[in-house]
Amino acid sequence: MTDSLLGPLLELQGLRKAFGALKASDDIDLTVLPGEIHALIGPNGAGKSTLIAEIAGGLTPDAGQVRLFGQDVTGWSVAARARLGLGRTFQVSSLVMEFSVLRNVMLAVQARSSGAFGFWAPVRRDARLRTEALGVLDRVGLTRRAGDPVSALSHGERRLLEVAMALALRPKLLLLDEPMAGLGPAGTRELTAFLAGLKTETGMLLVEHDMDAVFALADRISVMVYGRIIASGSVAEIRASAEVREAYLGDLHEAPSC
Amino acid sequence: MAERMREPLVNAVLVLALLIAPLTAVALDEPFYVGLASRVAILALAGVGLNLALGSGGMVSFGHAAFFGLGGYVAGIAALHAFEGSAFLAWPLEIGGSESMIVVWVVTLAVSAVVALAIGAVSLRTAGVYFIMITLAFAQMIYYFAISLPTYGGEDGLSIYLRSSLPFVDTGDPLSFFLVCYALLLSALFLTHRLVNSRFGAALQCARMNPERLATLGIAPFPVKLTAFTLSAMITGLAGALFAELNGFVSPAMLSWQRSGEIIVFVILGGVGRLFGPVAGAALFILLESFIGGWTDRWQLVLGLVLLSVVLFARGGVIGLLAGRARHD
Repeated sequence: MTDSLLGPLLELQGLRKAFGALKASDDIDLTVLPGEIHALIGPNGAGKSTLIAEIAGGLTPDAGQVRLFGQDVTGWSVAARARLGLGRTFQVSSLVMEFSVLRNVMLAVQARSSGAFGFWAPVRRDARLRTEALGVLDRVGLTRRAGDPVSALSHGERRLLEVAMALALRPKLLLLDEPMAGLGPAGTRELTAFLAGLKTETGMLLVEHDMDAVFALADRISVMVYGRIIASGSVAEIRASAEVREAYLGDLHEAPSC
Repeated sequence: MAERMREPLVNAVLVLALLIAPLTAVALDEPFYVGLASRVAILALAGVGLNLALGSGGMVSFGHAAFFGLGGYVAGIAALHAFEGSAFLAWPLEIGGSESMIVVWVVTLAVSAVVALAIGAVSLRTAGVYFIMITLAFAQMIYYFAISLPTYGGEDGLSIYLRSSLPFVDTGDPLSFFLVCYALLLSALFLTHRLVNSRFGAALQCARMNPERLATLGIAPFPVKLTAFTLSAMITGLAGALFAELNGFVSPAMLSWQRSGEIIVFVILGGVGRLFGPVAGAALFILLESFIGGWTDRWQLVLGLVLLSVVLFARGGVIGLLAGRARHD
């Protein structure tokens, strides 16, 4: 266990995935170190979502290795990787719509503590699950909404609930797939501050289009274009890189609409 | 608060009515209606089983007649060998028939569980229409297997000359047999109530609504669904054993796809995922069958119209109509 704490949380080695002629992951190497926020940026269609899916376990790479906490998990299921300590949020909120906000988080707490099994005791009145879930909701500032159905939440609140469910798993590594999408400037500032405060708890791989958030949060940035990582380095290095400017940032400044 | 109490109230009235009907029938010396109430209780039990898979787990099984019929054949075969004094299996273990209802139930639960694990393990790798079709295909395989078994009556089925017995209960008495079925129905309702509201139930509902989310939390949906499918089959199988004993007869018709369809109809009529839905659905079905069916052979036309209106106008079925929308908290 000590080894896994010293080594990288996530290590991708030579990951390849093609859909027909399209190389979505083209020899990807990437690490996330303990206590680090590693941001992954790139234009739409660069293969970021494919990469997230390969890390989370939804897609199997054609070649290469995914290592989590020092362990080769390439063939593992989504659920097995989650149990190992991988939390994630989805680009499009993925919640249990018919459950209340509290019950969504309670399900996450339950998943971490006992899984599916427990056939008799009423889950709604489970004081241990409730207390812990309310604690997590308090952290993201959703306590007021605990009893409401998810369908009644605003877009921004749903994003926060996604984060709460991931946190309830007490992950060692968080995959954040565009957490700021659609949040608006105030919401983005709040979530940025919140994520910055999480760094001591968990490492993060952050896929994000909002450059202010990326530059504020990231310890390292990797730039992905056409399935390849074309540059990787500190914020200052990436800002200074001519190649990145040309391939990505330059485009963005000329066409801020995306 | 009044709104919250409506569904339990509707459920209580429903269950009490099902108890009072045969008691009244006995008092009025109308034994026919006691048998009818037993039919309702047994078919409701079959529906309660399916509702666990279909309503809570979102698994539209079009093959639950397989379990219903297997239960029936366990009862029939046990009775046949007990009657003949012959052996079901001579080697390596000698297994004969049985006149004990408890033995019939235990064997039924075991057989249903084993078959459901096998069918579920294959079928649950698919979803949607494919799941419906593959469960249908498995049920049809068992149907044709039963037809090709001359020892057990083949196409003609098997008569049960003597209903199996329970300690302290005269199962031959119609009212006592009804009460046995009724008690099992209530037990199944109570068990599924606990199950659906437990940690397992929470995971099962998430598996239905958002399986990807469940996996992301670290719970693989497949074993959760397989467990629910197996429990569901066991309940429906038990109903089948009672049904064969009620009729004194089991035939491949109990395994037919029409029977699977009927069990789905109970669930939909009553309200998918509503705990007492199958009770309301089976009761309505039997009432239509006996009363409109007594008046015209085309009673299924009326059933069709009722089903159509339920699907179009009352998505929560009879329970939804009486008790309002399902609560989620």
